[in-house]
Amino acid sequence: MVPAPATDTPDGAAIRWIDVHKAFGEKKVLAGVDLEVARGDSMVIIGGSGTGKSVLLKHVIGLLRPDRGRVEVDGVDVASLGSTELTGFRRRFGMAFQEGALFDSMTVAENIAFPLRRSGRLTQAETHARVEECLEMVHLEGAGSKRPGELSGGMRRRVGFARAVALEPAILLFDEPTSGLDPVMTGTIDELIIELREKLGSTTLTITHDMASAFRIADQIAMLCDGRILVTAPPDEFRNLQDPRVQQFLRGEARGPLTDDTESAPHETGESP
Amino acid sequence: MIESFFQETGRFFVLLWRVVAWTPRRPWDLRQLLVQMVRVGVASSPVVLLIAMFTGMVMALQIFTVMARFGAERYVGSIVGLAMVRELSCVLGGLAMAGRCGSAMGAEIGSMRVSEQIDALEVMATDPVHYLMVPRVWATVLMMPALVLMGDAIGIFGGYLVAVELLGANPVTYVETTFQYMEMNDLVSGLIKAAFFGLLIAVIGCQQGFFTTGGAEGVGRATTRAVVVASIAILISDFFLTKVLF
Repeated sequence: MVPAPATDTPDGAAIRWIDVHKAFGEKKVLAGVDLEVARGDSMVIIGGSGTGKSVLLKHVIGLLRPDRGRVEVDGVDVASLGSTELTGFRRRFGMAFQEGALFDSMTVAENIAFPLRRSGRLTQAETHARVEECLEMVHLEGAGSKRPGELSGGMRRRVGFARAVALEPAILLFDEPTSGLDPVMTGTIDELIIELREKLGSTTLTITHDMASAFRIADQIAMLCDGRILVTAPPDEFRNLQDPRVQQFLRGEARGPLTDDTESAPHETGESP
Repeated sequence: MIESFFQETGRFFVLLWRVVAWTPRRPWDLRQLLVQMVRVGVASSPVVLLIAMFTGMVMALQIFTVMARFGAERYVGSIVGLAMVRELSCVLGGLAMAGRCGSAMGAEIGSMRVSEQIDALEVMATDPVHYLMVPRVWATVLMMPALVLMGDAIGIFGGYLVAVELLGANPVTYVETTFQYMEMNDLVSGLIKAAFFGLLIAVIGCQQGFFTTGGAEGVGRATTRAVVVASIAILISDFFLTKVLF
C-alpha cells in the first residue's frame, strides 16, 4: 500500500498502521500490517496468544517503533516524534493494561490522581472531585483508600480503567481487558467499556482473544494472523465469514489451518523484546 | 561476557546522561525526593553507623596491639582517624548501602517493569527516568556523604572508647593525635568519594531494575546484580578516585 499523506481531518482515521513490520531478533512478529480505525469507532483486534496483538497496540503509543512502515495517529507519524513530543502526544491516550498495572506503592485514589497530577492542569480540589467521578464511572465508589493488593482481579482492572479515563482521552486502548476473568465479570467489564466509550465519545481499540467479549464491544473486528491483518469486518459479518482460519478461531478448535502451518507462521513469539 | 560488559557500561552512561538531562525539567517532585532521602538516608543510618562504630573499635584494637610492639601507641588515634575518614567509612558504608538500597531499587523497579507499571508510566506521559530515577539518584548522592560524615565521627569515637577505656591509652593524647595530622582535604575527599559511590549505587540499582526481563526470577536476578555490580564498581573506582584525590 502507498503510504497515505499525513492528514488531520476530523473525519479521517484516528489510527492507521501502514505496512508495519516488526521483529524481535529472529522472531518476525508483524509482517506488513495495514489497518485503519475510524474516529469514534470501537475496533477490536483478535488473534491467538503470541500473534503480536500487544505489539500492534504498543506501536500506537510509541512504546515500540516499527522496523518498517509507519503508524499514524491523527495523521501524525508516531515514530517521528522525539521524546519530549512523545510525552505531549501521549496525553491524548488512555490505556488500560492487562492486569491493571496499578502502582502498588499508592492507594487506588492516588493511582487515579496520578495522570491528573502529572498533567498539572487541575487544583487539588478538582483532582479530588475528578477521582471520585472516575471511581463512580467504574462503579467503585468508596474504594479510593484501598491498596491495589487488597483488590480482586476484576476490581484492579476497573481501577485501571478509571485511571485510563481520568484525563478524558480521545483514544482509549484496552489490552486484554477480560483475560482470566469469570464470565460474569467479563460481561461487567464489557458493559463498562461500552459505557465509558459512550460517555467520553472516544475512539476505542481493544485487543482480546475472548470472542464473546469482542462481539459485544466492537464496531469492527480485525483478526491478526501470521503477522498480518487477515480480515476486518463488523461483528455480524465477521461471524458469517467463510475463511477457515476465522471459523477455526470462532469455534475454538485445536486442529485447523491456524495450527497446521506452525513452521511458516510466527506463532509462539513473545510479545515483548 | 565482553559484549555484555560493554552493553552494561553503555546502558549505565545512557541512563546517567538521562538523569542529568531530566533533573532540571518540570514537574519537580520534591515529595518523592524527600521520601527517597528518608528511605536511603534515615533508614540506612543504623546499619552504616553500626558498621562504622565497630570498624573504628576493631581498628583501635588491632593497631594498638601492633604499635605497642615498638612503643608507638600514641599514634593509634591518628591512624584510626585517618583510616576512617579517608577510606573505611565511605567504602564500608558504600558496600552496606549497595546491599541495602541498591538491591531495594533493583527489586522495586524490576517488579514495576515486569508488571507493566513502567509502561503505564510512559503511557501516562511520564518519563520513568524522570519520575523514578531522578529522585533516587539525587537522594543517594546527597545522603551518602551525610551518612559517611556521621560514620567518620562515630568510628573515631569507637576507636577512642576501645583505646582509652579498654586498653588504657591517655585520653588527652589520643584526642590530640587524632586531629593533629588530619587535614580538611582528608575529610572532604572521603565525602566526595561517598557522593560518587552513592551515584554508582543508585544508577546501577535502577539500571538493573529497568532492564529486568522474565518475571519473578528476573527480579531476583536484577536484585543480585544490583548489589554485585555496585560493590565491584565501588571497589574499583575507589582505587582510581584515591589516586586522583590524594
